[in-house]
Amino acid sequence: MAAKTLTIDGKQISAEEGASVLQAASEAGITIPTLCHLEGVYDVGACRLCLIEVKGIPKLLPACTTKVAEGMEVSTDSERLRKYRRMTLELLFAERNHVCAVCVANGHCELQTLAYSLGMDHVRYDYNFPKWGVDTTHRLFGMDHNRCILCARCVRTCWHVEGAGTKNVAGRGSKSKIISDLNQPWGHSESCTECGKCVMSCPTGALFRKGSTVGESERDRTKLEFIVTAREKKQWNA
Amino acid sequence: MSVNLTNPEQPPVKPVAEAKHPSGDKRFKILEVHMKKLQFKQDALIEVLHKAQELFGYLEDDVLLFISAKLKLPPSRVYGVATFYHFFTLKPKGEHTCVVCMGTACYVKGADKVVEAVQNQLKIRAGETTTDNKVSLLTARCIGACGIAPAVVYDGTVIPRQTPESAMEQINKWVQS
Ligand code: SF4
Ligand code: SF4
Ligand code: FES
Ligand code: FES
Repeated sequence: MAAKTLTIDGKQISAEEGASVLQAASEAGITIPTLCHLEGVYDVGACRLCLIEVKGIPKLLPACTTKVAEGMEVSTDSERLRKYRRMTLELLFAERNHVCAVCVANGHCELQTLAYSLGMDHVRYDYNFPKWGVDTTHRLFGMDHNRCILCARCVRTCWHVEGAGTKNVAGRGSKSKIISDLNQPWGHSESCTECGKCVMSCPTGALFRKGSTVGESERDRTKLEFIVTAREKKQWNA
Repeated sequence: MSVNLTNPEQPPVKPVAEAKHPSGDKRFKILEVHMKKLQFKQDALIEVLHKAQELFGYLEDDVLLFISAKLKLPPSRVYGVATFYHFFTLKPKGEHTCVVCMGTACYVKGADKVVEAVQNQLKIRAGETTTDNKVSLLTARCIGACGIAPAVVYDGTVIPRQTPESAMEQINKWVQS
C-alpha cells in the first residue's frame, strides 16, 4: 500500500493509504481527544470531539473518519478547535443527566476525564433533565439511559466484536435510545450472550456490572483490543 | 434454533421463521414474496419495511421479527431503522386496532366510506388513537385480500366485505366493552 506524507501540527508524518488522520496522529505520538472512537471497531464520527482543521478546507473535519491524503496539512490544536470541543462536551453534559458524584464510573469515565483535560469548569447551556429510566432486568448488567451519550460504541462492539447484534440505536434526535432486540428489557433479550463486551466498551457509566457502586466501574478495554487483534491478525499477545 | 449435531441422518430442525407464518396470515406470504424479489438483500430493509407497513398498516413485533429472520439481520437493527423514520408506525397504543384496506379493489368497493364512518364514530382521524386509548384506526394499501373487498383487519383478523354499518357495529362492541 502506498504511503502518504502529510504534516500534523507541523510535524512531517508518513502514513499508510487508507489510514485515518486519527491513526496517523496517534502513531506519531499526537493525541486528539476522542469519545466515540474505540480501538477495534470501525469509526462512525458520531461525537465530533476529534475535530481537526485541514488547510484549504473551511469546515472542521472529524479525525477518526477523515482519511490521510498526500500533502495534507492538519492542525489538531487551535483556539477555534478548543472552543468547539468545549462546546460539544458541554452539550453532551446538558443533554442527559450526568451526576458524576453518584455515578458508577466516577473517576473512570471518559466523558469526565475529557471535561477535566479540556478545562471544562461549567456548562453554559440549560440542562435538559430528561426522564430516562434505568434497565436492571439483566442478570449481570445494568443500563442507565441517563448517562448514555449515544456514542454507539456498545452497538458496534456487540455487533462486530461479539457478533450478537443485541444492541442498536432506536428513534432519532433527542429521543434516540440504545435498545436490546425489539426494545424489550435487556434481561428478556434472546440474542444477548451475556459476554459483557458492551459494558467494557462504554465510555461513561451508562453500562455497568451489577453490584458496582459509586466509582467502582473500572473497565478493561484492553480486553476488547486483545480479542480484535487475535481475530484479525491471529496474534495472541496478552 | 436447535440443530441436531448427533445424528446427521436426521433432517435438520426447521428454521424459526418458516415460509408460511404460523398465524396463517396471508400477508406474511406476500411480504416474503416481496423480499424474495429483492433477493433477501439486507440493504433492502427500508423497502421491505415500506411494503410491510402497506400490508399491515403498522409494524408489529412479529412482523419485525419475521423481517429480521428473513433478511438475517439482528432484530435490534430492524427495530432501529423502523423507529428512525417518522413514516413508519409501530404498534399503535390503542387496546384494539382497526386497519381498513384502502387498496384499489377495496377502495372501489367503498373502503373510503368505511374509514369515514369510523372516523366520525370515534372522532379521530386515520392514524390516530382515541383519547381513552381504546381504539386505534389505521389504513393499509392492499392486504392481499382483494377477492373479499372491502377488507378490514380487526385486531389482526381479516374480515371480508365490510360496510360502514358492519364496521361501526364491531367498533361499538369494543367501545362498550
Ligand atoms: S453482553 Fe455481549 S451480547 Fe449482551 S448486549 Fe452486551 S455485548 Fe451484546
Ligand atoms: S450505552 Fe455507553 S457505549 Fe452505548 S451508546 Fe450509551 S454511552 Fe455509548
Ligand atoms: S472520535 Fe471522531 S467523531 Fe467521535
Ligand atoms: S385492495 Fe384491499 S385487499 Fe387488495
